[in-house]
Amino acid sequence: MSESRTKRTHEVPQEPAEPQQQPRRTEMRVRPMGPIVPSTNVSGHALMCVIAIMSFLACLTLGGVSMVRATAQSWQSQISREITIQIKPDDNLDMEKALADARDLALTFSGATGGNIVDRAATARLLEPWLGEGLDLDELPVPRLVIITIDENNPPDFAAMRKALTEIIPQAFLDDHRTWVDRLVAMANTTAMIGTGVLVLVFSTMVLTVIFATRGALSGNRHIVEVLHFVGAEAGFVASEFQKHFLRISLKGAGAGGLLAALFFALAGYWQSRTLATPETDQATALFGTFTIGYGGYLGILAIMIVIAVLTTLTARLTVTRTIYEIDLIRSDPGRTDSYQS
Amino acid sequence: MGPEILRDLTFDIPRRSFQFLTGPSGAGKTTLLRLLFLSLQPTRGLIRMFDRNISSIPREEFPMLRRRVGIVFQDFRLLDHLTTYENVALPLRVRGKDESSYRADVLELLKWVGLGERINVLPPVLSGGEKQRAAIARALIDRPEILLADEPTGNVDPPMARRLLNLFLELNRLGTAVVIATHDLSLMDQVEARRMILSQGRLDIYE
Repeated sequence: MSESRTKRTHEVPQEPAEPQQQPRRTEMRVRPMGPIVPSTNVSGHALMCVIAIMSFLACLTLGGVSMVRATAQSWQSQISREITIQIKPDDNLDMEKALADARDLALTFSGATGGNIVDRAATARLLEPWLGEGLDLDELPVPRLVIITIDENNPPDFAAMRKALTEIIPQAFLDDHRTWVDRLVAMANTTAMIGTGVLVLVFSTMVLTVIFATRGALSGNRHIVEVLHFVGAEAGFVASEFQKHFLRISLKGAGAGGLLAALFFALAGYWQSRTLATPETDQATALFGTFTIGYGGYLGILAIMIVIAVLTTLTARLTVTRTIYEIDLIRSDPGRTDSYQS
Repeated sequence: MGPEILRDLTFDIPRRSFQFLTGPSGAGKTTLLRLLFLSLQPTRGLIRMFDRNISSIPREEFPMLRRRVGIVFQDFRLLDHLTTYENVALPLRVRGKDESSYRADVLELLKWVGLGERINVLPPVLSGGEKQRAAIARALIDRPEILLADEPTGNVDPPMARRLLNLFLELNRLGTAVVIATHDLSLMDQVEARRMILSQGRLDIYE
């Protein structure tokens, strides 16, 4: 066989392949070139649905976990911003003076930013659920409270404050909410950990589902890979054709899933803001926090869409490259299964 | 490792030659064509192609070598979602050529093989003979130096077989070496050509 190649044009054969035809009809128009990889087929649609569902679930999980984390942090932050001085009534104690002294003393400590004495009316309101309306505080030995707000990043020395208080007012008791804060921190950490675990599981499922669905969709196109390979297409060309096709599918699927999730959060937030101060909303807010995921959440949804698109495209590329490699393996090992063995 | 299908074969395919490869079913005709098309590697022995030992060619270079060989598969291997025109243009498209640079050539070739009126038709609605001609046109479009055809008349009636044979002869006249694998004796009797007969894994050549 010769190395040299000569350029020539197709000449009209002496005996035409087709019988003599009558005078020619008008020249046929060629339709616009179709894509090498068919743009729509059943497996492509199925893959798009799988991607849309998985991205929707992943986005919901991401938004849900970030909401739970924000709520847990807000609980912890709210309770650790305040400490309470409780003063028990005593026969020899001028309660109003003791309350003022306790507040003034607490404010001398660095890290205490403000003090508020819970007045008699507010105290009665606090006890109202248990003791009913029209409570006369003089008839009951009810402790009174001073609420001190503190700088949570630079809290005062609680031990020193407690010591100073008991020296001046023996009936005073300082509650730094440490027990509650510790419990809330533990609960917040557990919640965040569970949320992160769920997120990891959903993401892993998403990754595996997308990979297997992509490979499944590609297996129906193996004959295209073979034909392209045998008409002289380089592996890079074949891979890039499939890559483009699967990128389109994944962008459509992930876009639909991500947009649905974003719409869900936007609608839930809108519903919550429209129904503020109703028992249902208060309950939902107490449990789940506010249904707003902020710019960070929407960026997260965008990131998930990008991750899915990259994942699908990469899987398509690797699978096509591997298919070509397998075709060449059959070449070097004829004992392997071969679809066109004679 | 499977059974030994071919052994002790020594032959060459001269430039611009025309030959039939024949033998009973299962004699190894397709295997031999696949060896020539680089889609199979011999377990032993030497195949030189375009002055190169194919055993020492890295797989990355196969696409370039395959571009110099045209092949007509027994089962056509047309892509069902592409029209006749697009199937025939596929080898040029995968080489990255611009459509405007080959549109006229493809249309001319399609007319040449009698498919000028079927350019926008998808393979599932083509007849067996039309598919055969489309597959042949795809193999020819980039003017290969050698054409390998596996049972190219296996699915057509005798008049169509005669027309396809004329097509191959014309192609050979234009400079392409042609190897037609067939067990159709009546087809071979129509042309005085070299016959390579495979039997029980051995090859006999009648010039």
